[in-house]
Amino acid sequence: MSIQVKNIQKNFGNFSALNDVSLDFPTGELVALLGPSGCGKTTLLRIIAGLEQPDHGVVEFHGEDATHVHVRQRQVGFVFQHYALFRHMTVFDNVAFGLTVRPKDKRPSKSEIAERVHELLRLVQLDWLADRYPDQLSGGQRQRIALARALAVEPKVLLLDEPFGALDAKVRKDLRRWLRRLHDELHITSIFVTHDQEEAMEVADRIVVLNKGKIEQIGSPDEVYNNPASPFVYDFIGQVNLFHSRVSEGWAHIGDYKLPAPEHAEIKDSAAVAYVRPHDIELQAEPQGEGFIEATVDNVSTAGSVLRIELRHALSNDIFHVELPRSQERLIDLRPGVTVYARPTNSKVFLKD
Amino acid sequence: MHTYIPRKPDRTGKVLVGLGLFFVVTLLVLPLVLIFFSAFRSGWQLFTSNLMDSDMISAIKLTLLVAVLTVPVNLVFGTLIAWCVTKFQFFGKKLIIALIDTPYAISPVVAGLCYLLLYGNQGLIGGWLDDYGIQVIFAWPGIVLVTIFVTSPYVARELIPLMESQGNDEEEAAILLGASGWAMFRRITLPNIKWALLYGTVLTTARAVGEFGSVAVISGSIRGQTNTLPLHVQLLQQDYNSVGAFTAALLLASIALLTLILKTIFEYLQNKKHTTPA
Repeated sequence: MSIQVKNIQKNFGNFSALNDVSLDFPTGELVALLGPSGCGKTTLLRIIAGLEQPDHGVVEFHGEDATHVHVRQRQVGFVFQHYALFRHMTVFDNVAFGLTVRPKDKRPSKSEIAERVHELLRLVQLDWLADRYPDQLSGGQRQRIALARALAVEPKVLLLDEPFGALDAKVRKDLRRWLRRLHDELHITSIFVTHDQEEAMEVADRIVVLNKGKIEQIGSPDEVYNNPASPFVYDFIGQVNLFHSRVSEGWAHIGDYKLPAPEHAEIKDSAAVAYVRPHDIELQAEPQGEGFIEATVDNVSTAGSVLRIELRHALSNDIFHVELPRSQERLIDLRPGVTVYARPTNSKVFLKD
Repeated sequence: MHTYIPRKPDRTGKVLVGLGLFFVVTLLVLPLVLIFFSAFRSGWQLFTSNLMDSDMISAIKLTLLVAVLTVPVNLVFGTLIAWCVTKFQFFGKKLIIALIDTPYAISPVVAGLCYLLLYGNQGLIGGWLDDYGIQVIFAWPGIVLVTIFVTSPYVARELIPLMESQGNDEEEAAILLGASGWAMFRRITLPNIKWALLYGTVLTTARAVGEFGSVAVISGSIRGQTNTLPLHVQLLQQDYNSVGAFTAALLLASIALLTLILKTIFEYLQNKKHTTPA
């Protein structure tokens, strides 16, 4: 089922949580709402679920206005950051809850409920925990049970509020891959909220980047990462090196140095910010060609899958972050104090307002 | 989570523990033992004859009636108030939370006087009720009303911190899964607050049975009619019937002890539930 939100406005006192937000969630997609805390992403999710009412605007399910449909009738599955499992019930009873609270005439028989619950527990690979209580489970297990419980009522949409936020790093990674596979199996329209850009990149079909109650960008992970629509997105998605510059006729000038900015070819003179990702930089011991910046190695971190190098250079006082594949370690001398030559292979220039 | 394991007391610790025990014995245990001793001092015969006295029986009946009427009212009221202030955000919430404590802060005598003014025949509501022939003051309805007032915070005070710490997530999850408001309350909220609710009820009962000051003002202490057990203790004492007074006191003390035992059991069950769910 598709979801549309149109011109959603939500204020809490003087604080504007959502400011004229319109979005389309096509059927069967897994969409991430990504943004820093306080950007309104959870509020938007709760409005779609019906747990909050927007001050203005419309929520449509499959083209039908659902703004004033009660939570109970919306048929949304909702997964909370802190699981919200019923602590006094067994795992089985938790998952069965949505079926057992149905009115008598729509309630499946006991054996049907048991069958469905075990089927869902097998789906989340936790059938062996049916008789346990929530506080006997690990965080990852609890969240999978919470998901099974949400799926029990056959929801038309699945909403997940920072589903992996309370888990440790390793479990979080496993669980998000698992969620992606599960979604590929079920194809239920899903929206999940996260502040973790890596998580959004890995799991989602599409990413909606929110900031201060407004949409910054909508796109595939690839688009959002490689073609950020605004300085905010560039900054928020992954690490960046930032240079204050002036743009004139297609070039961004940083002191004596210049970076290409062909998209601003008509600009005569304007303040701008140039961004370079750490992995879009090549390093050489001797400059071969043009456009190299002389720099000194300040620090090298070899603990990880890539080499993280911090350089000092003459263009600004900031440290220049560079990431190289580990294989480069053998090709270039990177001891602290050594002079190297850096060249951005890709950059993006945004004009300042 | 880090759990603190108490250590064996050193010398200073032993002195402090001894001091604590001394005060517990002299201030709490000794008076209780004395009540038992004094009630039976003149033999079993006198004790039972005092117990079977018609005024005593009517006092016991009235006291139980007051408790039976007060407790359910405050159970519902306390749960509603706790629900309101923990599940909703609204203007005046802080004020309501502060007002819940009024009966703690106000002397029961003052509460009794207020009700006397309000429900007396010359009073604001009392005059109107009098037109319909309903007598509140110097009758059991007044005693019940003032007891409800005095014991109203107990359930709410037990529930509010617990419900605040539990948050709203489970209730929201239940509604999202299609539960009606009542089903949510019965199957999610109630089991979560069960022990605190029982604990609050026990405290309310104990206080309702033992309430003296406010009831003394409003009941008129009519022997055999509007005399509750605590008032009866005083009356008998003034009659120089000390065995009778101690007999009534023994009943009150027994109810208090029973309350303490129940409270301890509930606490034990609650803790057990936390560590190893049954």
